This record gives sequence, C-alpha cells and structure tokens, in this order.
Amino acid sequence: MDSKAVKAPKAPKAPVDRRQFLRVSALAGGGVLLATYIEPFANASAKASAKLAGAGKNAEDFRPNAYIRITPDGTITIIGKNPEIGQGIKTMLPMLIADELDADWSKVRVEQGKLDTVNYLRQFAGGSTATPTNWTPMRRVGAAARAMLVAAAAQTWNVPESELTTSAGTVVHRASNRKIGYGELAAKAATLTAPDLEKVPLKDPKDFTIIGKGVPGVDNHSIVTGKPLYGIDVTVPGMLYAVFEKAPVFGAKVKSANVDEIRKEPGVKHAFVVDGGTQLAGLLGGVAIVADTWWAAKTARAKLRVTWEDHPTASQSSASIAAQALELSKKAPQRSLRKDGDVDAAFKSGAKVVEAAYYYPFISHSPLEPQNCTASFKDGKLEIWTQSQTPESGRAMCAQTLGIKDTDITVNMFRGGGGFGRRLNNDYMVEAAWIAKQAGVPVKLLWTREDDMQHDFYRPAGYHYLKGAVDASGKLVAWRNHFVSFGDPEKMAAPPAQGGAPFAPSAGIGGTEFPARFIPNFALDTSVMALGVPTGALRAPGSNGIAFATQSFIDELAAAAGKDPLQFRLDILANTPVSQDAGPAGAPPGFEAARMRGVLEMVRDKSGWGKTTLPKGTGMGCAFHFSHRGYFAEVVQATVARDGTVKVDKVWVAGDVGSQIINPLNAENQVQGAVLDGIAEALGQEITIENGHTVQSNFNTFPLLRLRQAAPVEVHFNITPNPPTGLGEPALPPVVPALCSAIYAVTGKRVRSLPLSKQDLKWT
Amino acid sequence: MTFTFKVNGKSTTVDVAPDMPLLWVLRDVLDLKGTKFGCGIGQCGACTVHVKGTPTRSCRTAVSRVAGSEITTIEGLSSDGSHPVQRAWESVDVAQCGYCQAGQIMSAAALLAKNSNPTDADIDTAMNGNICRCGTYLRIREAIHKAAAMPATDAGAASRSGKSGDAN
Repeated sequence: MDSKAVKAPKAPKAPVDRRQFLRVSALAGGGVLLATYIEPFANASAKASAKLAGAGKNAEDFRPNAYIRITPDGTITIIGKNPEIGQGIKTMLPMLIADELDADWSKVRVEQGKLDTVNYLRQFAGGSTATPTNWTPMRRVGAAARAMLVAAAAQTWNVPESELTTSAGTVVHRASNRKIGYGELAAKAATLTAPDLEKVPLKDPKDFTIIGKGVPGVDNHSIVTGKPLYGIDVTVPGMLYAVFEKAPVFGAKVKSANVDEIRKEPGVKHAFVVDGGTQLAGLLGGVAIVADTWWAAKTARAKLRVTWEDHPTASQSSASIAAQALELSKKAPQRSLRKDGDVDAAFKSGAKVVEAAYYYPFISHSPLEPQNCTASFKDGKLEIWTQSQTPESGRAMCAQTLGIKDTDITVNMFRGGGGFGRRLNNDYMVEAAWIAKQAGVPVKLLWTREDDMQHDFYRPAGYHYLKGAVDASGKLVAWRNHFVSFGDPEKMAAPPAQGGAPFAPSAGIGGTEFPARFIPNFALDTSVMALGVPTGALRAPGSNGIAFATQSFIDELAAAAGKDPLQFRLDILANTPVSQDAGPAGAPPGFEAARMRGVLEMVRDKSGWGKTTLPKGTGMGCAFHFSHRGYFAEVVQATVARDGTVKVDKVWVAGDVGSQIINPLNAENQVQGAVLDGIAEALGQEITIENGHTVQSNFNTFPLLRLRQAAPVEVHFNITPNPPTGLGEPALPPVVPALCSAIYAVTGKRVRSLPLSKQDLKWT
Repeated sequence: MTFTFKVNGKSTTVDVAPDMPLLWVLRDVLDLKGTKFGCGIGQCGACTVHVKGTPTRSCRTAVSRVAGSEITTIEGLSSDGSHPVQRAWESVDVAQCGYCQAGQIMSAAALLAKNSNPTDADIDTAMNGNICRCGTYLRIREAIHKAAAMPATDAGAASRSGKSGDAN
C-alpha cells in the first residue's frame, strides 16, 4: 500500500510467498485456456486437483478464472483482473501479458475479470501498487503461454523449438519459411504441460512490441458510444431501486422514522429502518426506501422524517477542531516519531530561525459517479455488482455483516466512474447487501451527490507547526515539525505499542518524510485529536497534504537563507543521509537522493527555471515529493492579479518511475490529471464541519476544476534503471506547494492555509 | 401521465410522473444508460443531451417540458461511434474513468454544430458546464480541435439536423 506509515484501509495481504502456477485446459472447439492458480489451492484438496484434471471436458467452467483464451480463429482474449477506476489498468495489465505472448494487439479482446482471489491473487486498486506488483507476474503468464505455443508448433512441424520465433500472433520457422497462427496451435497447446512460471524466460525490454507504445484505453469505443459499462448502469431481472438516508452526524442511529407513511408513497415497495453498527466504515444506521424507480424512491425520501439519537460528536465543528489543534501545538507533543541530533541546540546557534504554522482542510473525493451498488440475496447467497477498489475487503465485510460465508458471495466487477480512494471503502456495498436481503428482492442502491459528499471518508485536515534554522552559510541545519492530526490521544501518549502509531485512517506521517535523514538535527513529533468524522485515503494519501506543508516551509527557509529555492533543495539532497532507517519498524527505507536530484534537475532545465524573464504579476515555484515509490519534481508558473485572483499558466513535471513507461499515452494522461487534481484541491476545495456534520453538499459549494482553469501540463520522464512503479498518485503532491511558491514569487505572501480561495492574495 | 417525444429519431411514449427528470426517464425507463448522473443540480454536465439540438442538462429537465421535442443522447449521436467528436475522442485517448465523457461529447458536438472552427475561448465557454473529475481537459480541448478539422460524416450531419444515426 502506501510507502509511508499512512494507514490505508484494509489492503488485502499480498501473498507473495505463495507460488503461482499456470493451468492449461482445452476449450470446446479447439481453443486453449490458460489460467493461474496458487500452491495452497492446488494442494488444498485432491478434489480440486481432480477437477483441474477434468478441466478439458468442462473448460467453460473455468472461464472466469482464465488470464488468456485463444480460440481457433486466432482471437486472443485476455482478462483484466483489477478494478478499473480510470487509472488505465484494464488496458495496462493485458498489455504486459500480450507483449510477452507476442500477440497482435489489434486482435486482442480484453474482458473484466470477476473477483476470484484464489486465482488472481490480488484484485485491488490503491496505492499505485498494480505496476510494481504485476510487472513480472503478468509478463510471466504471457511468456509461459508463448512458450507452449512454440512447443506446439515444434511438435507440429517436428523441428527444434530453438529454430522458432514468434511475431504478432504467429509462430515462424524461418528455415522452412513456414508460419502458423496461434489459433491453429491452440488445440495442441492445450494438451501440453505448462512451464514453471518462475523459470520461463522473459523478453529483453528492447524487444517489447506493445509495452512502451501508446495504447488507447480498451473501453474507449464503449465510452464514446455510451455503452453500459459502469456500476451504475447495471440492471438485473426483478431489480428495484433504493435510497438510504443516514444521519447527518456520522454514526448516529435512528430513534424513529415515519416509514409507515413512506410506504404509501407512489412507487414505494419497502421502507424500513436499518439499525446498523458503530464502525464508520461499515453498515451504519439509517432508513432505506425501495421503489420501482430511483426517482420514486428519491421523491418519497423528501417526505421522510427521521429523529436521530443523540450522538457524542454532534458538537464537533471545524472551528472547535482548529482551536484544539492550536492548543495542542503549545503543549508538549504526545509522541516523538523521530529524533536526530539536537534541534534545540541548533535553533540556538542557527543564524536564522523561522517558525510557521501550516493547515490544510478536509476534502472530499467526489468521484463523478456517486456511490452505488447492486445486490441480490437469495437462498443464503449474495451476488454483488460493484466498482469497488477493494472488492475482496467488501466481500469480507458483507459476509461478516450478513452472517454468511465469503464463498457464498459472488462479486462482479464493473468500471468505476472515478475512485481517487473513495471506493477503497465499501460502505455502499454492505448497505446494498443489507437492503437487498431485507427487502427480499435485488436492489440497486444509488446515493445522491449530497449523500456522497456528506458521507465521504475525507482526506483528513492537518496542522503542521514547523520550526527550522539555517546557518550563516545558508545551510539548513535544524527542523522540527509538531504535526497535529487525528487519532487516539490516549494511545498516542502511551508507550508505543505494536502495529504503528494510532492515527486515524490516512492521518499519519512517516519517519522518513523529507527532510528527515538529510538534516543533522531533526525532530518529528505528533499530537492527535479524537475525531468523529470518517477519514480515508485520497489520491496520494498523507502526501497530498504533507507535501504542501513541508515543501512550502522548505521554500521559507530557502528565502531565509537567501538561496534560490530549487538550488536550496538540490543542496539539501546532496547531503549524505544520516541514516537509511525508517524510524517505525517495518516502514520502507527513505528514498534515493540521486533519483530525486535527477527529476529536480530535469524539471529545472525543461522549465527554464531561473533563465526565464517573466512579466510582473507572473512567477514560478518549484517543489518535489516522493510517494508511492515515485519521484516527482514540478515547476508551476502562475499569474496573480492585483485583486488576488490566481491563474495557473503552465506546469512542468519531471517524474522517475523506473526503467519503463508501460503505456506512455495513459501515463501522460494520469500525470496531467493528477496535477490538475492537485490544482483543484489547492484552489478552492474545503470540507467544513458544523454541528458534527458536513456543510458542503454538492459541486456548487465544493468546486471541481473546469476546463478554463486547466493549464498546460508538460510531462517528462527520467528513465532510470529501476523496477517500474505506479503512476496514479505520485504526480499530485508537488503541484500544491509549487503553486504556492509561485504565488509567493509574485505577491511576497506565504500561503500557509488552504484553499487559496480563502486567502487574501492581493498585492500592489 | 403519458408524454410523447422523439429519442434518437424514434417516437417514444412514457407513462411517468410529470416532474420525473428526463435523465431518469432515459436511464431507468428507456434503458439508455449512456447519459450519466453526476450531481442532480445541473452543475456537472454528465447528464447532457440535445433537446432540439441544444445541449441540455437532463437531470434538471422535467419530462413534461420535453413533450413533443426531439432528443438526442450519446447513443444516438451516431449509429456506430463515427461522429467526428466520437472519433476524435477515441484517437486522442481522452478518457480516464470516462464517466463524464458522454456529457462532454454531447456539449462538444453541439458546439461544433454551431461553430465549425472554435477558438480556445469558444471551447472554454461551451464546455464550462461539464466537469471532468479526472482532469482530462487538455485532451478534451485537443479532441475538439481535432474533430473540427475532420470532415463531418453523414451521421454527424444527421445529428445536427436532429435525426439520429440510427434513422439513416
């Protein structure tokens, strides 16, 4: 999951220690099917083995578990196993298989797999993990299939395999000038033994024919013609439509509701109270209305009158949280997360000492497709149709809440209209499952936008109380951050227990967070407040706020040192790290300074940093951040009108995600999207809490970016000899501080609170 | 109550509450799922369709208001995805999640029907009501310019004259 100590919700365990094998079976009509399975499954029972052995007779039974199907006409179908939420994984994972298979991409069909973690291991969208975890395994699947087709051709022609090559879905024997299509070899390949996945040779990257080429999304045609692709588009026979009203105060239960009256409303078939539990990420109390159309259910809801139980967090507000944070900042921190050298001594001897308090607000994910889920419960079995980012966790929660077994649940996966981390939680899934069971009919539960915005798992607000010092030569010598966040204050103040610091979801900070390791005197302390607001991972969790505070403060120290802010960063990164250790046990080591210098230098050169003469009112700012194994440095050019209106003119990005950009067409799109996402967050997004509930309810009060605000984003990749890593998230964090740095360059005003729409940026 | 109108060239009668938004008539009564629900208050444009050729937020348009009108949805923009805007969207690889794109495409097609060679400023104005949460705006702009440079197909012309590609 996340590369830092930021806790993400329920990432399934990656069973990397279990070996994966390939299973081969024949398809009716002469095709071949290749599926993977893992050792414990194979050893689990003789019955399973027997079923596998008989697969040839009943191959269609195994169809959902396949990675590759090849039919005699040469059609190759590859399964995309992971949830697709706009990150392009449904195109990218099949590309990895197809390239090693030497398939003709134009003849490849891609299908979305169902949830089947026995065969697919991980089916998860989060933490930019799909690239690093699938880069080798997916290629092995394709390479093994290719090896079998080569073996089948060698047998057919009675020639040595070493004389055969493959290209665009055919096996070629140059010596005899013969060629045979994969489709014609499928039946024979199905009779062969699958090679050991761990021993099958992989291509030299210079021989890639699909990886590294810009491949348009496999669903593009369906998208532009309006085909029903998304979770919200699902219909099942006999289905009714549901709405679910929960308490404005998170977790409050229903005291009473006029459900008898609601049942008499036009089109309404069921209306009932759901008791719910106490876990904010699970099934909460509320009132379900089930009707023959969604509009009827929503119309009836307008007449719903609910009295909610009192709830202890009903007095919570953004103002009370801010006051509490300020109070905590003045006290001794509850816990030290890292301590190097002696910061107090360094502050005393420092030539210049700077102090500043940074704040970033709660924000909402707001994927454009509101949360929804379709569920059917019959004879003790549950079927789910969902666009969850964590379908495995969702299945487990449904099983637990409904008191059934995982194996009694089928999960069908659909394209999600955005995720950004919102669909890591499965609250909507368990609600749909519960309502379907209670109503006794299949239901599609659909939230309104207001439900979605007011019942999110918000990016937690954060408060950073920072102090830094530079010496007479302008070198950064000391840094202290008292990070005030959310969690369990009693546990935080107690001696550290196992399992990491008791932060609220995504409200933590890691012991290697820059500038840790690069400064001799460094202290990272924390204090937390209890919170009655659900929090969770939003694209680049932790990093999306932490980068704003830390990189902005680096800028302040550069100014104090009288140094160019980009060169100041390069100078810090040139320091030998004080240690490679991570602080908290189990956390990954810190990033490699040389790779970060590489992207900083690249973005400096591409943007013309320090060499461009800008008109008055226009300035440049820079920042970098390491997250999700990715190295990103960005320069923003922005114009600030004298009335304080901010316009981003252009963004330059340099990223290092290793040796291979798998799909350059999508990679650029993801980076541009992440950068524009960060700009939207900085410009105007804030969720505020009053009387224990969310104030904002729709896009008129929580503004998303619009086309006229979208500045050009120039994307460059620094290719380095490192394993390829993910791109969904790491491009986002630097743009926020880089924009604030550009605003400072124009106005001389430091932005220490977000969003920008609430700051006074007037200048003369 | 019953209401009759044309959807993608076909005369259609529905029996629904008069205040039911066109969006839900299209999606849940006529099973045309291409038009999307995003906000319900006309802020995001995911639900954009053409009513008599004008881009219209179907989430805020009661069915009673479109009686007798000709409505074109993403499914009727062309019979096969051959409208220049659809072709440009595919070749530029605009979509990330793709959820907003039906609405974006309908707004872009309406713009090009009136203005065959829009400037960036024209595009900013015409597309201001359509949110893309993934931030594919740079490619949306590129695709509109690309579509403007393409010869209009019969399907595109048909859509602009209010007939669907299916009717041809």
